[in-house]
Amino acid sequence: MAETMVEMKHITKRFGNFVANDDISLTIKKGEIVALLGENGAGKSTLMSLLSGLKKPSSGEILIKNKVVSLASPRQATQQGIGMVHQHFMLIDDFTVLENIILGDEKTKYGMIDRMGTRKTITDLAEKYHLQLDLDKKVSDISVGMQQRTEIMKTLYRDAEILIFDEPTAALTPQEIESLLVIIKRLASEGKAIFLITHKLSEIKEIADTCIVVRAGKVIGTVKVSETSTYMMAEMMVGRQISFAAEKVPTNQMRTVLELKRLVVQASKAVPSVNDVSFKIATGEILGIAGVDGNGQSELMEAISGLRKVSSGNIMLNDRDITKFKPRKTTQAGISNIPEDRQNVGLILPMSVSDNLILQDYYLSKNQSKGLLNKSKIHRDGQKLMSDFDIRADSILEPVGSLSGGNQQKVIITREISRNPDLLIAANPMRGLDVGAIEYVHKQILKQRENEKAILLVSFELDELLRLSDRIAVIHQGKIMGIVKTGDVTKQELGFMMAGQPIPTH
Amino acid sequence: MPNSSKLFKVLVPLTSVLAGLVVGAIVMAIFGYDPFLNYASLFTGALGDANAIGETLRELTPLILTALGFSIASTAGFFNIGGAGQALMGWMASVSFALNFSSLPHWLLLLGSIMAGALAGGIWAGIAGVLKAYLGTSEVITTIMLNYIALYLSSFLVKNFLAQDQSDFSKTIPEGARLRTPFLEHLTQNSTFNYGIIISLIMVIVVYFLIQRTKVGYEYRAVGLNDKAANYAGMNVKKVIISAMVVSGALAGLGGAVEGLGNYENIYVMTSLPDIGFNGMAVSLLASGNPIGIIFSGLLFSILKIGGLSISVVSTTPPEIVDIVIATIIFFVGINYVIKIGLEKLSKKKGEG
Repeated sequence: MAETMVEMKHITKRFGNFVANDDISLTIKKGEIVALLGENGAGKSTLMSLLSGLKKPSSGEILIKNKVVSLASPRQATQQGIGMVHQHFMLIDDFTVLENIILGDEKTKYGMIDRMGTRKTITDLAEKYHLQLDLDKKVSDISVGMQQRTEIMKTLYRDAEILIFDEPTAALTPQEIESLLVIIKRLASEGKAIFLITHKLSEIKEIADTCIVVRAGKVIGTVKVSETSTYMMAEMMVGRQISFAAEKVPTNQMRTVLELKRLVVQASKAVPSVNDVSFKIATGEILGIAGVDGNGQSELMEAISGLRKVSSGNIMLNDRDITKFKPRKTTQAGISNIPEDRQNVGLILPMSVSDNLILQDYYLSKNQSKGLLNKSKIHRDGQKLMSDFDIRADSILEPVGSLSGGNQQKVIITREISRNPDLLIAANPMRGLDVGAIEYVHKQILKQRENEKAILLVSFELDELLRLSDRIAVIHQGKIMGIVKTGDVTKQELGFMMAGQPIPTH
Repeated sequence: MPNSSKLFKVLVPLTSVLAGLVVGAIVMAIFGYDPFLNYASLFTGALGDANAIGETLRELTPLILTALGFSIASTAGFFNIGGAGQALMGWMASVSFALNFSSLPHWLLLLGSIMAGALAGGIWAGIAGVLKAYLGTSEVITTIMLNYIALYLSSFLVKNFLAQDQSDFSKTIPEGARLRTPFLEHLTQNSTFNYGIIISLIMVIVVYFLIQRTKVGYEYRAVGLNDKAANYAGMNVKKVIISAMVVSGALAGLGGAVEGLGNYENIYVMTSLPDIGFNGMAVSLLASGNPIGIIFSGLLFSILKIGGLSISVVSTTPPEIVDIVIATIIFFVGINYVIKIGLEKLSKKKGEG
């Protein structure tokens, strides 16, 4: 019997009247991988922040190696052998990998940092766990995958025996995900106990031993992963049956809505962010853009919606040249845009739901006359949209910032879809959403497709692109590596194209 | 919850005021002055008779306007520190207009002088707005610098063009441009209370509607809260920035105009910027930018200012004690987060008990 590393007993965490964790008990053994599965706001991150010393439980106790401990600060948690690999990396861009690893825990010799000694320690660890690291490169110059390995090394360097991974695969390519999962398995086989917070059922299925499903602050069930299916876990998580079987009905893809002709967008960098991109999208068609974050997707979206200047080439919407259009003119021409960064671009968080719903058309005569906003009509229209699109808010006057992530996204989708556009641009619309909200977004996008809209969908999730798109264009360093029909390509092939390989031939 | 948060909105500034008065009392007690006597003479000095009330309301008049100007700018996301300079330019312009067009009919002269004040303030703030919109210059720095330019420019203009002979003040404005009237003077036992208050109260309503109900106000709020989202929504962010600064400056300019036309009735060489600018900022902060709230917080400041003058008449307490009280209030407004937490803890305890 393997040694029990962590035992949480009847943990409850309250924030005022809100119970984030309600009487949760769990254990993890040496060498075990335990997945924590739950929707956003279910309480899994709160639970792990209790373990990593960021917050204190309201009641209940935490045992590490069968001893009751008090984890009052992250430092104490580190001393107890707990290491956290954060979703958003806590690295300093201008420091080297080595400097980042030792930051806050520098071993010194005669008052100076013992670089030789630490380097030896880290290289030994890297060898043991097969972590490939360029210790002398600056963090700003290394890949996202290596940044994550740096984060993992930070915990190992501090002798962590219990590792918490918070949504570790969110920003990785399929290949990087694959190698991360290998690393996690390796860590477990070397005797580390691992908590994995995730939404992704396939990853749980692949590496976890046990899956703890959390819903509304309570543990709904603890299952052995080998004895269950991804569907069962998903249903436990949301508490009802869900369907991901995206029914793609045949649509009439007769007319070209959007056409890009040799589009070049030169951002601040020397190399163009969007480099000679041409494609067409027809009515009733979803074109997916696959690519690793930062390969020109954002610049492409911004150029089409008028937020960024085009250097050369043309953007045609319904055979009309809109290359030089400013944002407002693009929306008037029939483009809707669900931006990537919903909290900083798509919404004005302190403003009410109602004010956010009119963000794109407050100036139209239906909402104002002679400069005076027609508040009562705006509220009435907003109420109707709220119920039509199932936005859950206390009232139309509630600040959008206090809604859940899923409902915030619903506000944007409602606003953009209700304008009845010809082209809908959606950049990572499912990012950070839970299963229920993802299902909702998928349905809305497919409904737009059925209504013969053209849709440009950017996503870092290949599963999602494969499920929704008619065709997928792969972008790498601003260039389109190839455009493939969804049925003709595998995830692996897309992955290679995302890494810059040319289109595979069958 | 929404009810209690509304309650907090009123409770927090009230607590700040109370704390300011208490700290003032403690300071007085430490230095051997009688706080009760002094506060009593402060309040009688400000509200004791019709003349005192008139003076307090006259003090309130420009404060409302400069405070409104500050809150318009902060709605759109700017920290307009230049209220003093903008007010001074407004003062300058209104008095100059009144002196140069004295032959105009009464109403035209008055209206023209007031408009000149608003225009000058608007242009002065507009400079900072244009710099911000097109060059990204921090409005904090440019408005401070513009304050100094305004101060010395006004000195130059008064000395060289408006002052007579060797004096350092202009002629008194013609009868037709005066905001004071025999009616109000009679009503308040010859105080300097004047029709400027009507301008201020109208502007409270105008600003309230502008921010809450109009398309322009919606754009101000959007740009102020999240300019990226405003840009995404197709708003012309540069235009909004400049327009908000111009409106903000115009209000401060009006504040200067009512000082010039209603209170001093001339302009003189100043050694420092008119304090309505900075006090207006404090008034706006105490009211957290709310136009209606500005009336009340402005009233409080006016009471302290006018009442403070009579403290040293009755006792030997230096009148500067009032500045300590005001500074303390502003300090507590600044740390309103702490007060909020304190109040929340208090209400929780009551709820449990």
